[in-house]
Order: sequence, then structure tokens, then C-alpha cells
Amino acid sequence: MRTAFIETLNELADKDSRVCLVVGDLGYSVIEEFATKHPDQFVNAGVAEQNMIGLAAGMALSGKVVFTYSIGNFGTLRCLEQIRNDVCYHSANVKVVAVGGGLAYGNLGVTHHASEDVAIMRALPNMTVVSPGDPIEARLATKAVVALDGPAYLRLGKAGEPVVHADEPAFELGRAITMREGSDLTLIASGGMLATSARIADVLAEKGLSVRLVSMHTVKPLDRDAVVRAATETRFVFTLEEHSIEGGLGGAVAEVMSELDGPRAPLKRIGLRPQFNKVVGDQRYLKALHGLDEEGVMKTIQPIIARSYGLVS
Amino acid sequence: MTNDDELRALARRLRAHSLRMISQAKTSHIGSCLSVADILAVLYGSVLRVRPKQPEWPDRDRLIVSKGHAAAVTYAAVAEAGFMPAERLAEYARNGGQLYGHVTHMGVPGVEMSNGSLGHGLPVGTGMALTAKRDGLAWRVFVVMSDGECDEGSNWEAILFAGHHRLDNLVIVIDYNKIQSLDFVDKTLRLEPLAEKFRAFGWAAREIDGHDVGAIRRTLESVPFEAGKPNVIIANTIKGKGVSWMENKVLWHYRPPAEDELAKALAEVEAS
Repeated sequence: MRTAFIETLNELADKDSRVCLVVGDLGYSVIEEFATKHPDQFVNAGVAEQNMIGLAAGMALSGKVVFTYSIGNFGTLRCLEQIRNDVCYHSANVKVVAVGGGLAYGNLGVTHHASEDVAIMRALPNMTVVSPGDPIEARLATKAVVALDGPAYLRLGKAGEPVVHADEPAFELGRAITMREGSDLTLIASGGMLATSARIADVLAEKGLSVRLVSMHTVKPLDRDAVVRAATETRFVFTLEEHSIEGGLGGAVAEVMSELDGPRAPLKRIGLRPQFNKVVGDQRYLKALHGLDEEGVMKTIQPIIARSYGLVS
Repeated sequence: MTNDDELRALARRLRAHSLRMISQAKTSHIGSCLSVADILAVLYGSVLRVRPKQPEWPDRDRLIVSKGHAAAVTYAAVAEAGFMPAERLAEYARNGGQLYGHVTHMGVPGVEMSNGSLGHGLPVGTGMALTAKRDGLAWRVFVVMSDGECDEGSNWEAILFAGHHRLDNLVIVIDYNKIQSLDFVDKTLRLEPLAEKFRAFGWAAREIDGHDVGAIRRTLESVPFEAGKPNVIIANTIKGKGVSWMENKVLWHYRPPAEDELAKALAEVEAS
């Protein structure tokens, strides 16, 4: 996703001199081409995230389209008030980009686990929050946030995520992509969990279930219609995200579903338990600890749907 | 307005507006408004290249009042400069109005940026100055800061950045009244030697009497002090300046003047 992002940003910066990149002294082996090709559109703010966001806001208020780039929490939580006051309150055209969303930097430590960023960014007025599900969505999301006049948060994984989309889908911020139609249950996924969800959907389909798979790349504004349809047209709704189950995609979907009148499907949020990790692990290891690998997700889903569909868990 | 007598008269009007607004709305920070009144009078009255009838004029100088608690005097300066009618000052801290108790841009022409949490204005101003520099634009960026605000680490991030990038189109004016929220600056977090700190970061620094409008004007007119260096003017001021019994007292960071006090204060300001 990181590679798709920077390649797309390079292309956009070629065509549009307003497009700038401000980094917080991070992006080794990622940002060099941009910096070399577009020296007047590139700034390394140094290890100083509050100033990085302030600079970006000032540049945006002077007519630029400014991307900031840092690791998960550094570029969001360290400078949260700058994002709230300087960027969001002034509707400044700043796109906050975080790499290492979720547990991508697993064994680097809890400081590098971005597990609450979506919840916190989502709470800010004027902010659009995008968590693309694969490199194709990362490319489309990068273009879409440039076209958007206002603040955005773009949450990326790292390099090497699998491509999930067979073809380039129609992509619109705030409009979910239905990747598979179904009537028994719906999987709503964001970020890197899209790939896992696609595999789960295949497995369940092989068992004879009609599975709807929805890529909810934009967590804010949430595609309410897609959630309402899932809750009323299918019998179970699951959200899947590499983020705390509190306040992220699952929280957003729960907010919509809990206010629905009339009968609706039950909801189960699948994501990170809201606690700090106590043991070392890489992304794959830690995801398994949280039940976010394929096996763990199946373990959560099967007992819930078993009664209705006679599945053996 | 280049006549210093006119600027002094403007500063008196800014003080009088501030006293009335804060007294009527029963808000805090009259001391901060009085200490920065001469600085804002010179900026809005003489130095800033702005078009009050075209607030978004792209080539305007940018002024950021980062000490957002000096709101009443900022709105007064914006109104006196002709960005909005003076009648709008009645909206200050009033339900349903748009002039919040901390400097607010929304719905207030002539206010570049909202502030209130300290340490935000300088990084944003630095981003503006960087843009103007890179794009070869002639407009300048002025950031008015408080002394207590120099405690904020975000400012020092920006000071380091602006020095490194040689942003000589950036000007800080520090309203150095020596009193911060709870106590004197010296008893809270010592800033001295302040000018030397800036110089060590690659800035050109001047220290002036922040109530001498002639000195403020001449100093602001002489930027950049040195090519390739951002500018800081350390304006030595007196908190509560212009009302003898408000001067140098932490109390008037908080207390609004009561009705009888307002009359006495206005009389002192008008006689000054």
C-alpha cells in the first residue's frame, strides 16, 4: 500500500505543482524519488510532528494540497491538537498519511502499534477517514483525497500487502464497494483485513453460504446505506478491522445499526482487543493472538452463525 | 496611517474597546489586551499590506495572533482597520455572536487563524512563510506571540525550522510583559536570555520598548533585519499597560473590570 501511495503521489505531483509532501523525518527508501523529482514540493520537517502539521496547515491555507507522512501514532496522536485546530477547524487542505496502520510494525513495540488512530481521527469534525484495503484501493484513495477539498486521514499498512481486487473498482469516498453479493451474512472490512475477509468469504461460500463482502474503505463519512442494507437484507453482520474494536469501523457500524428502527441483523465486531500487547510479536503473530488470522476469524464467526446454518465449528 | 500620533490614538481606541468589551462580557485577559495594544495598532494601522474590503486578497500580508486570549483587542483592531463594522464588537463573548473569547477566524474577516491553545500560530505561520518563499511571493507573515507561550515546545520546533530554512519573510513579535498565567515568567520558566536563544537558532533579534509606537513602527518597517534570517522582535511591555492599577498584576489576567472600574480605566486611557 505504501508503494502504491507514493507512486501515485509522484504522478499527481508531476501534474499538479500544488501537491506537496511534508515528512516527519521518516520514509527511508519511500520518499526519495519524490524528494528528488519535486524538491520545491517536498519538506522534511524533522523529528517534530507538531510543527509538521502546523507547517502543512500553513502551506494548505496558502493554496497547497499537503500530504504529511509519518508512522501511525507519530503523525496523528503526537500532534492531535494541531490536526484538530489548525487543520480541521480551518478546513485546511491537509491529508494526514500514516504508515504502519494496525500492527504492521508489530515487533517494534507498542509505541508503533496504531490501534486507536481511526477512532480518534473519526471523532474530528471535517475529517474524512480512509483505510484502503489493498494496493489498488490505496492508489484510488490517494487520487480521491487530492480531489477532495479539505482534511483527510489516509491510513496505510506497509509494503507487500496482497492485491484483493481482481479489477480496478469504481471508487468514491464514502461509498462502500460490494465485492461479493450475498444474503446470509455480511462481512464489512477495512484496511488489511479486506484480504482476510475475502478468503473467509470464499471458505464460507464453499460451505454453501451466501456471503456479502463489503470493502468499507471510507470509515468517515460512513456509507450508511450499505450498512443499513447489510443489517436488513442479510442475517448477520461482522466488521473486520486491524484496529481496536472500540470506535473504529466496528464502532461506526454499531452506531448506525443501533439506531435502526425495526428488525435488523445482529452485529459482531472483530478487531483488536482494546489493550496494550504484552508479548513481542510480528504482525502475523500478534494478529493471531487477537484472533485476526483466518483461523481466529472463523472461530469467532462460526458459533454465531452455526445455529442458523448447522455449521460445525 | 504613518503618523505616530495617529497610531497612538488608534492604540488608545483599541484599549478603550477592549476595556468595554471585556467589562461588558465579564471575560478575562484585559491585562494581555492592554499590553499588546500598541503592537497591534502599529501592525494594523501602518505595517500590514492588507485590503480590508478584500480580506482574502491573495497578496496580503498574513498576521497571526497566536496569543489567542488577546481576542478583544484583536477584534477591535480588525474593526478599526475596516474589515468589519465596529458594531460587531458587541458580539464579543455573547451568545449567538461570532466573536469568541479567543481569537476566531470563522465569520470574522481579517482574522487569519483561530488560536486559543498556545503554540499553534508559529508553526502555521512558518508554513505560510515557506510557501511564499518558495513561490517567490512578496507577502510577509507576522506572528504575535506571548511570553508564556514560549514555554510550548511546538514553537521551538518551528523556530528551529524557520532558522534552518532561512525564512526572512517571517516576523515574530513577542509581547514580553513578563507575566504568564499563574505567576511571573521568571518564577515559572525562565526565558532569558531570550534574544540569544533566537540568535542561536539562526534568527535576527531586536529588543524594543513595546509601547513606543515609533520604535515598533521603525523596527517592523526594517524587516528583514538580515537577509536569510527570520526576524524576532522582543517587545518589552507592561501587562495591563495604560491603566495604572492594572499594570504588572496577575489579577488582571483574569478579572474583568466592574462598571465603576471601567469608567475610571477609560478615563485613564483617554488621558494617556
